[in-house]
Amino acid sequence: MSVPVRSELQRVTLTVNGAAQELEVEPRWLLSDVLRHQLGLTGTHVGCEHGVCGCCTILAGGRPARSCLMFALQAEGLEIQTVEGLASADGTLHPLQEAFRRHHGLQCGFCTPGFLMAALPFYRTAEGMSDQELREALAGQLCRCTGYAGILQAVRTASSIARERGQA
Amino acid sequence: MKPAPFAYHRPGSREEVDQLLAQLGSEAKILAGGQSLIPILNMRLASFGHLIDLNHLAGEPAEPAVAGDELVLGPLVRQAAALESALVAEVIPLLSQALRHVAHPAIRSRGTVVGSVVHGDPAAELPAAVALLAGSVRARSRRGTRPILAAELWTGALENTLAEDEWVDELRLPVRKADEGFAFEEFARRSGDYAICGVAARVRAADGELKAAVAYLGMGGLGHVHALPPVAAEEIDGPGLHSALTEAVAELDPGDDLHASARYRRWLALELGLSCVSRAAERALK
Repeated sequence: MSVPVRSELQRVTLTVNGAAQELEVEPRWLLSDVLRHQLGLTGTHVGCEHGVCGCCTILAGGRPARSCLMFALQAEGLEIQTVEGLASADGTLHPLQEAFRRHHGLQCGFCTPGFLMAALPFYRTAEGMSDQELREALAGQLCRCTGYAGILQAVRTASSIARERGQA
Repeated sequence: MKPAPFAYHRPGSREEVDQLLAQLGSEAKILAGGQSLIPILNMRLASFGHLIDLNHLAGEPAEPAVAGDELVLGPLVRQAAALESALVAEVIPLLSQALRHVAHPAIRSRGTVVGSVVHGDPAAELPAAVALLAGSVRARSRRGTRPILAAELWTGALENTLAEDEWVDELRLPVRKADEGFAFEEFARRSGDYAICGVAARVRAADGELKAAVAYLGMGGLGHVHALPPVAAEEIDGPGLHSALTEAVAELDPGDDLHASARYRRWLALELGLSCVSRAAERALK
């Protein structure tokens, strides 16, 4: 079996926000960096780079994951969703984004992409969650402006915005 | 905060992993969920010439399965899959209880059960639960396979008894017996954070007696199970439990750190232990 040269570029094929991508990456490049630097998707923010802050959270195969704790090569064949995929092409905000706007769910905004992506898989059921359940579901995301009250309110009410739109 | 260069290997079968490890030995590290390993690499606390990524092994089960009187977990069963499994909640409730405390959804979606057990962090939930359950792992290499009991797996924090060419492709846990009850409690500063102190308890009800055992996390040791003297069912909440747990806590060697003093940790271990054993006893008697 041949051992690849250490810093040799290797090919990875993945889907990002619905578009197929074929990239050449170094094995050690983190998915977070490749999204930002190779694809220009700078909405995925990089905070701590060891999985604690949650700012780089994306969806990998529909599930939330830390993009700083995956090598880009590991995304081979995976469907990746980033915050750039949330709003419609015409700029209409996703119900979650609209809810964050209404409830002051962001201050400096650095943590916001991570919160949005972490909440995306479950926000439709958030109305029925207890306060404790909702807090636990989001405990992996840090907001250093400490604007948690607005964030919790936004995630809890986002599905009602989706309903309003459905009726409009 | 970027890892040092390494060569990346993407084997498609367990046999290919054996082959790679035989060839690369201590230069290589197995990458499964990566939720402990990648932070270590990012912070450059360690570096390896080669990473062997298990994530593309063909045909690996994504869910735990029961075989005989054991639950079997392959190397790619994610913590999220085990936590969401109704089967696990029924046959090994302690594993579900412990998994609730493991990190966060975005970590559990990648992190594997086997990976956390092999990694052997004394502050992690799964090694303590597996030790209390007297589980075992299957180590494999090109030379063959061998079982390793939990008690013999770890030699210290993040250290284990695997040979350089060995890796773990299976975790086996005995399913709950009808007269067993379990409980798991943990205190952390924030949901999903490393435990300041955690306790796993098992109580067996047999012949009118209750036999309790506890395992701790965040208290310095790893893989040690403290068996308490048996007591009559009606005396489980009595002074006997208090003194037995006080003795168990005296054997622990927690450190002082930024988050808690050793004295505070011991107090927590006693209090959490008392409530944990009582709850496990209630469940055993149901």
